[in-house]
Amino acid sequence: MHAVPVAPEETPGNAAPADALSPGFADPVLDAQAAFRAVMEALARPGTPQRLPVGLAPPAPLSPALAAIALTLADHEAPLWLDAPLAAKPAVAAWLRFHTGARIVADGREAAFALVSDPAALAPFDRFALGELAYPDRSTTLVLACERLATDRGLVLEGPGIRETARLDAAPLPDGFVARWRANGALFPRGVDVILTAGDRVVGLPRTTTIRE
Amino acid sequence: MSAAVATTSTSDSTPAALETGYNFAYLDDQTKRMIRRAILKGIAIPGYQVPFASREMPMPYGWGTGGVQVTASVIGPSDVLKVIDQGSDDTTNAVSIRKFFARTAGVATTTRTRAATVIQTRHRIPEEPLAEGQVLVYQVPIPEPLRFLEPRETETRTLHALAEYGLMHVKLYEDIARHGHIAKTYAYPVEVAGRYVMDPSPTPKFDNPKMEMSPALQLFGAGREQRIYAVPPYTRVRSLDFEDHPFTVQRFAEPCALCAGTGVYLDEVILDDRGGRMFVCSDSDHCEERRAAGHRGTMLADGTVDGETTDA
Repeated sequence: MHAVPVAPEETPGNAAPADALSPGFADPVLDAQAAFRAVMEALARPGTPQRLPVGLAPPAPLSPALAAIALTLADHEAPLWLDAPLAAKPAVAAWLRFHTGARIVADGREAAFALVSDPAALAPFDRFALGELAYPDRSTTLVLACERLATDRGLVLEGPGIRETARLDAAPLPDGFVARWRANGALFPRGVDVILTAGDRVVGLPRTTTIRE
Repeated sequence: MSAAVATTSTSDSTPAALETGYNFAYLDDQTKRMIRRAILKGIAIPGYQVPFASREMPMPYGWGTGGVQVTASVIGPSDVLKVIDQGSDDTTNAVSIRKFFARTAGVATTTRTRAATVIQTRHRIPEEPLAEGQVLVYQVPIPEPLRFLEPRETETRTLHALAEYGLMHVKLYEDIARHGHIAKTYAYPVEVAGRYVMDPSPTPKFDNPKMEMSPALQLFGAGREQRIYAVPPYTRVRSLDFEDHPFTVQRFAEPCALCAGTGVYLDEVILDDRGGRMFVCSDSDHCEERRAAGHRGTMLADGTVDGETTDA
């Protein structure tokens, strides 16, 4: 072995934006487990907020909560759909592809998970997979990045997972959300499920939950 | 036994060291993601059987491969695992699965129902009422409640899609016509959240009422049949019946012979070949806790009996 003197690295010539290269979970196995348990408890107990492990610094405008759920559940068998603000930034798709191996699909009906950074402008639910009567599980789960997520006031939730009633005050929500959610419930057992996030909080709305104002 | 063998053999009582070379909780993360997605769908559609790509596990089908895969996908380092087989923490299957997760995930294990966060079960629901935050994972052999009435998967899938459960009611009616009562005593079909008819796995129908509005999340894994399904907490679970033949559970004439417990499910133990027998709690932890609290059954070895003086 000859000791070859190595010149100090020149400044990296890589032109990719730094945030597209930001790391995934510090501990991919245990962080994904913690995030899954939060999402599982959230969907099993609608209206009871859970805490996601945070610490991710994904490229904007992808929120750390959406990023954590994508890293936990998406892979080559579970494609992702991005809403317009996320799709407009190539670094977002690049980051998700690198860390999950998931396809990014343009048609919401092919997506297992839809990542929504601007919930107010969310497309109608029928732009996503609603499942079939024989296979209602073949539906899209919508993951929304809200700014406000409180469970001590607001809409009244009832259904499986809720002892009596639960409350939900989330904003922004898709326009006409309560009416759209009622139409979604009428499709049961078909329909979409919704996961609401804000900061490190996550609240689940499975298709069985009924909402009234 | 030679001293040399005794010193070199590893004792069963030694705490299991965490196995290296395996992912946390044995399964690879791609498999866990696939199972986790199925669990979320199962929770969102209570009672619906979600297909999943069941893996080969280091145990044969029929030994709880479905439950083990669900547990492996749910469990984390801070969980406390309890495993029961027919109510007992001490049978081969329960001991093996507890050791499996102690070795591959390094999780704490317990036999105490109250102390557990994840309980994997074969064929019983603990007597101790479950609490919020607990997850009950059932090992399921045949997940399809209609399978013995209609063998074709394509047909049963359509029957579920259309919520066409007349066949099941005919079966229960035929029981009444033939026996005078609904003769099914285990795997008694339930309707979940007013929609899907579900097999609660071969638990005695005694346990069916415990599923109704349970604070715990109930997950079901069928490894060979590749199905996962769920009952969320606080969900209506109605045992199928008729107005003039309402659902009832088994009743036992005498209390547990060891702990004097009543209102619990009892196992019959044959004592000799002259008809001698005793009835004891099927839930071994429940029975031990009662005995530790001072309850005494008629056949407990120390000879004291609940409610009687012991100066015999």
